[in-house]
Amino acid sequence: MRVADLVTAGLLMLLGGVVIYDAARLGIGWGIEGPRSGFFPFWLAALLVVIGAAVCVQALLWGSRHPFVTRERFLPVLKVLVPLAGFIVLTDPPGPWPGLGLYVAAGIYLGFYMRWVGRHDWRAVVALSIAVPVITFLIFETWFLVPMPKGPVETWLGY
Amino acid sequence: MGIDNLLLGFQVAFTPFNLFIAVIGILLGTIIGVLPGLGGANGVAILLPLTFTMPPTSAIILLTSIYWGALFGGAITSILFNIPGEPWSVATTFDGYPMAKQGQSGQALTAAFTSSFVGAFFSIVLITFFAPLLAEVALKFGPPEFFAIQFLTFSSFVGLGGGNPLKSLASILIGFILSTVGLDIVTGQLRLTFGFTDLMKGFDFIVAVIGLFGIGEILLSVEEGLQFQGAKTGMNMRVVLDTWKILPRYYRTFVRGAFIGFWMGFKPGGATPASFMSYAFAKRFSKHPERFGKGEIEGIVAPETAAHAAGVAAILPMITLGIPGSPTAAVMLGGLIIWGLQPGPMLFVDNPDFVWGLIASMYTGNVIGVIMVLLFVPFFASILRIPFAILTPLIIVICAVGSYAVHNSMIDIWYMLIFGVLGYVFKKLDYPLAPLVLALVLGDLSENALRQSLIMSQGSLAIFFTRPIAGAITAVAIFFFVLPIITPWWRRLKGSPAPASQTPLH
Repeated sequence: MRVADLVTAGLLMLLGGVVIYDAARLGIGWGIEGPRSGFFPFWLAALLVVIGAAVCVQALLWGSRHPFVTRERFLPVLKVLVPLAGFIVLTDPPGPWPGLGLYVAAGIYLGFYMRWVGRHDWRAVVALSIAVPVITFLIFETWFLVPMPKGPVETWLGY
Repeated sequence: MGIDNLLLGFQVAFTPFNLFIAVIGILLGTIIGVLPGLGGANGVAILLPLTFTMPPTSAIILLTSIYWGALFGGAITSILFNIPGEPWSVATTFDGYPMAKQGQSGQALTAAFTSSFVGAFFSIVLITFFAPLLAEVALKFGPPEFFAIQFLTFSSFVGLGGGNPLKSLASILIGFILSTVGLDIVTGQLRLTFGFTDLMKGFDFIVAVIGLFGIGEILLSVEEGLQFQGAKTGMNMRVVLDTWKILPRYYRTFVRGAFIGFWMGFKPGGATPASFMSYAFAKRFSKHPERFGKGEIEGIVAPETAAHAAGVAAILPMITLGIPGSPTAAVMLGGLIIWGLQPGPMLFVDNPDFVWGLIASMYTGNVIGVIMVLLFVPFFASILRIPFAILTPLIIVICAVGSYAVHNSMIDIWYMLIFGVLGYVFKKLDYPLAPLVLALVLGDLSENALRQSLIMSQGSLAIFFTRPIAGAITAVAIFFFVLPIITPWWRRLKGSPAPASQTPLH
């Protein structure tokens, strides 16, 4: 816990430093039309650096030595995070490559997670992997007219 | 004049379409409140894009109804599953879950819903009378007064939030810094973008809310390996009526809870301390304090009344001052801006049908809400019996859809993931998330108020002290900021022992 506290506080101070650097470029003083663009960010960041230092002192003096998270408790967290990142990449990968669109990716993601973590029956997996994207599609695309990223399957279906 | 306006509001709220919207909102809201990882704030945030095409009054009715539903839903999980869906339902678990284990879940749920309704109703009546008065006062406010109120808002997180004051302050600063990323409208300069075009749009608070509260909460709950083993609901008409016969005995607790809730609630972050305070008072004034924590019905009445009175009261500063009293109210405030309305006192002048429609819909929404939850508790409870491996990806897909819909941009889904990790880490390290979101929402407004004030005073901070109203508010705000410093000192002066641990770390 103490290490995590120190690392987080250190990152906050680093963030503060970056903001101060940019604020200095923009000007932190008084311009023609009042305070310049860097004025507000500068004071926020300066205070953040001070607070970060104080949190460090606090953690060093009173911080608990319990681990931030144990290995076996962090595994389920990774099991959520990694497939989630995979789902986003499948939907629309960064860069010029085309994605599968949100609906197909959501179906694959849901089915994968159900099978991998929940060990659900294949029939349930397939049924839900199809039903959930279809219902989402009906609600968002047709009922509320909110477009989602689409891929080759939707194009093939004529959307 | 108040009554006329309220009647006008009821004409808006009672149209079939708006009643239908309220029913849908409460249904969705209760489901959202029951589901882990989806609370009022991110539920409202996810559904906000759906309201872009609606008339603003119907849109706000949908969002507030979701809020009421989420408040009711929190009680269901607290009592049946011992899982407080929201921080202010923690106190409800103290006596709610023991009652459920003793087979009295029907009584416990009825008491919770009824208390919620009473608390909410009390606050709505007060809002009906106070909102126009407060708005009238606020019309005379200039930028220094608004900045002072915003200063007060954030000081109350530090002074009254109860967590680590340094970390509360850090959260506020991070929120404000994130809000400055992108184009500075006043000077036309790009700030903190470092040449990345993706950063030019800045960070949207909706995405932050979905990530911090939604994804972060899911990560926390899988880490804790939550098992949903719930008690039976045991609700039927007999139980409801029998419980209603007992409840009037606790009228003192109702009144006390409602007052505490309203008083705490229109300040930010007030619902949680209000629920604990009301519980503590009920226990102190009870003839049988030893029964509390073992399944005493009064131990449900007290926190639920206060939490709902506070939850409703959080709307008051949002519509009169443009300052949200809770993260959910903050998301709604963002909605107002998106629908093209200016939050704050001018709403009462420019959009009376909107404001009074909203206030009237608070009456109808809560009546519809209490009836719906009483009738459909078994249905809502059954949602938590859906296996975790289905619920988790389902909630995540909904969160991703909501994040994308804000600006139709993929980068927002990535931001959601990053905010999710941030929310998980911050929650574990005791950095409060609500002030961060509020700062992100209010960032532009606060900065503009500060700039305009400084232009008025030609750069002197004295303007926040010399104008009478601003000066008084600033003084209170400064008092709240130094409260964490003077409290230990004051305790020592009085000779009572300071709390054993200074830092509330795990």
